[in-house]
Amino acid sequence: MPPRVVLQQADIARALTRISHEILESNRGPDDLVILGIPTRGVILAERIARLISDISGRPVASGSLDVTMYRDDLSRNPTRAPSPTRVPAAGIDGSVVVLVDDVLYSGRTIRSALDALGAIGRPRIVRLATLIDRGHRELPIRPDFVGKNLPSAQGERIYVRLHESDGDEFVSIDSGENGAPK
Amino acid sequence: MTTTLLVTGATLADGTRTDLVVRNGRIAELGTGLSASGARVIDADGLTALPGLVDLHTHLREPGFEQSETVLTGSRAAAIGGFTAVHAMANTSPVADTAGVVEQVESLGRRAGYVNVRPIGAVTVGLAGQQLSEIGAMANSRARVRVFSDDGTCVSDALLMRRALEYVKTFDGVVAQHAQEPRLTEGAQMNEGVVSGELGLAGWPAVAEEAIIARDVLLAQHVGARVHICHLSTAGSVEVVRWAKARGIRVTAEVTPHHLMLTEELVRSYDARYKVNPPLRREEDVLALRAGLADGTIDIIATDHAPHPSESKDCEWHAASMGMVGLESALSVAQASVVDNGMLDWDDIARVFSRTPAAIGRLDGYADGIAVGAPAEFTLYDSAASRVFDTDALAGLGRNSPFLQLTLPGRVVATVHQGYPTVLDGQLVDEETVSSAAAGAWAVRGCRG
Amino acid sequence: MKHLLSTRDLTRHEAIGILDVAEDMADVQSREVRKLPTLRGRTVVNLFFEDSTRTRISFEAAAKRLSADVINFSAKGSSVSKGESLKDTAQTLAAIGADVVVIRHPASGAPQVLAQSNWIEAGIINAGDGTHEHPTQGLLDAFTIRKRLHGTASRGRSLDGVRVTIVGDILHSRVARSNVWLLTSLGAQVHLVAPATLLPVGVANWPVTVGYDLDEAIDAGTDVVMMLRIQAERMMSGGFFPNAREYSRRWGLDDARVDRLPAATMVMHPGPMNRGLEISSRAADSPRSTVLEQVSNGVSVRMAVLYLVLSGERGELS
Repeated sequence: MPPRVVLQQADIARALTRISHEILESNRGPDDLVILGIPTRGVILAERIARLISDISGRPVASGSLDVTMYRDDLSRNPTRAPSPTRVPAAGIDGSVVVLVDDVLYSGRTIRSALDALGAIGRPRIVRLATLIDRGHRELPIRPDFVGKNLPSAQGERIYVRLHESDGDEFVSIDSGENGAPK
Repeated sequence: MTTTLLVTGATLADGTRTDLVVRNGRIAELGTGLSASGARVIDADGLTALPGLVDLHTHLREPGFEQSETVLTGSRAAAIGGFTAVHAMANTSPVADTAGVVEQVESLGRRAGYVNVRPIGAVTVGLAGQQLSEIGAMANSRARVRVFSDDGTCVSDALLMRRALEYVKTFDGVVAQHAQEPRLTEGAQMNEGVVSGELGLAGWPAVAEEAIIARDVLLAQHVGARVHICHLSTAGSVEVVRWAKARGIRVTAEVTPHHLMLTEELVRSYDARYKVNPPLRREEDVLALRAGLADGTIDIIATDHAPHPSESKDCEWHAASMGMVGLESALSVAQASVVDNGMLDWDDIARVFSRTPAAIGRLDGYADGIAVGAPAEFTLYDSAASRVFDTDALAGLGRNSPFLQLTLPGRVVATVHQGYPTVLDGQLVDEETVSSAAAGAWAVRGCRG
Repeated sequence: MKHLLSTRDLTRHEAIGILDVAEDMADVQSREVRKLPTLRGRTVVNLFFEDSTRTRISFEAAAKRLSADVINFSAKGSSVSKGESLKDTAQTLAAIGADVVVIRHPASGAPQVLAQSNWIEAGIINAGDGTHEHPTQGLLDAFTIRKRLHGTASRGRSLDGVRVTIVGDILHSRVARSNVWLLTSLGAQVHLVAPATLLPVGVANWPVTVGYDLDEAIDAGTDVVMMLRIQAERMMSGGFFPNAREYSRRWGLDDARVDRLPAATMVMHPGPMNRGLEISSRAADSPRSTVLEQVSNGVSVRMAVLYLVLSGERGELS
């Protein structure tokens, strides 16, 4: 069965705009916000959200990346992952409101790793979670604060998120998982 | 009790097809359509009959290192390889430097009965390179030693070597020199060259071998003695021997099967099975050795069969012992290296593996090869066979073969020693049968006086 | 990466990959919390058949910063010196449950023999074997050069066109061998300088240029001068050169030579240094010297190697 496109480029843009508004609203403005993406595509989404928030609010908002590779609990179960750099604002994250951004939320294990990784670089006042897709099947008590689209899926299915910056084109699709790279 | 054997349809080294009748330990008849009543028949259709192979360089390890090999186990390894005589090196414990030790080894060999075990006597007491051993006593002993060698170490003292060459001449013997200049090879681990530089293993320069050979051929010329050079391993050594022969110097030289096939590239694995003295050399050395064997510069192939227990090889390179087993694989490796490519024919193989080594060792009965009246010492070889050589093919105690898992041509189907079979249908005849046949053969020989 | 045995069998791509992971580890070293939970519950054994406090504590720090359990097995004065074989030692470590064995051994090839054996399943990291290789030293040297040249923009970079002069006992140096293979794979031009007695036969086949004259090498221009340690006692008794004074005069990086180097030229030394023999104090302590950076980078590089050997299904770097 060929992959089925569930979000087009315009849908993704709308979802991110909505998430940006929701973040601003829940934070009552852009103060102390640091938008941290989880590599690879989470970082791209985080940059877009930070830009959207500063466009909306008229104030600069910091973004960065948070590598979680070294905090994973499944290192020996998967092929070796090359870690990516962690980049946080020069001022650090102590006392800030960190919004973690990932493209797809699934078991929640990546987010658990991210919380540990975050703890090693500072002590934010609040940590929130934003995701473009929530596909369910949580294995840990983790819940997103901002969701682009809930996408109920079977465990064997695969979700592909493609973004211009990393993939050259842009859409979200789902397929039965018979072919292609996993996500 | 003696056996009459009828071998049918064998092909001799020169290509003629013949039957053989063996009676009273000798070849009684050759020809086609032979029959012999009561004879045990061996079907040799498609097999090459070669004169019994004679190894001039074997380590049987007994006495002293029986965990590595014994005279009996080494004899069995020899028989399955097509050999009917081996020369047992002197580096045992105690060293074979007295008549007592060589007689013991000889009688162990006779009792085992698989091959004629000819002890080699040490040149110097305890192989220490200081003082000549009792060469005369060994020569005149029941073992009638004719080959003397400190193999494993080089007789590096020039004066001592000169004396040895002269003294051995007295008994029509020969010194077999292990050519290795000791100072140039201190701590040496492998051939010195590109590979040793990369692997960080102390190098063993070719010149350490060539310089000793050059010195010894000149010494042999000066004192009018013959000298035999063990296991040539370098192209330069072939050159030096070729030059010496051209000058009429009485030098003979041997090459091992492994030096005819393997190169130092194998050492990159740090697998200690490839650790050997002299070391595996470069491709160009292998080619020069083959050419030297083909043009007669190198006289013989000798195995340097050197069994070791597994703990001596199952370790880091530096800690490992040097040496490879070779009796069981020798003929196959020779076929692969120099016969199948046309450099040598089977007549040449009979010369380099039987006639000439027997002549160097002054061993009677091999001069005429397979001929009516000659002692029945021969092997039947299936040169068309091909097999993956693995530990099942090893009949001695050592498992340290560098040829394991290689596909090798040829297989010994039967070996006949003193007129009785030691190998039949590719399997060793059991120890008891061989031992009692040997006792019988000895009795016959005794009656004839 | 199942094992790290040598730099010779690392591709350029793999080598850059390891250096990039080391960059991430280096970032962690500058944080307040320097520890990562990555190798929690894993056991790293430092199996040292030779004394080398520096290399051992570097691996120990690296393993501990990744939260691994570390067992130090110094084979000197242990059952090993009483004749226990490498095989028995390896099987003992396997029974203890070692996940990775960091081995320093006086015999060239010992780590490879261990890796090829069926004595132990653990990943094997070569921490120096005889006169063969010392791959983590090569990696940390390459890392140090790259970091000096490119700073925070180092990730993904090679050493294309960088001129490195390695001076001293090439013959016996595992550091030199690991650097020759690695630096040339990374695109550097390596020049070796030594007396002819300290160059291996066959060095002409190495992907390097070779000379006998240090002054000539300095005049020709070089971006890095890497001085190797001379073991004077061993050297003189082996007759490789007449005496320390003559060696120092001709092949030592003395004050006069260091003053002739351009300001940007790095001076490297794997340590421990013989000040006054192969390197002067002024050279060792000058801002161009990378000696201390090499030490701290060593921890980052070894963290990267431990991570890569212990993570994944023992597969390739993805």
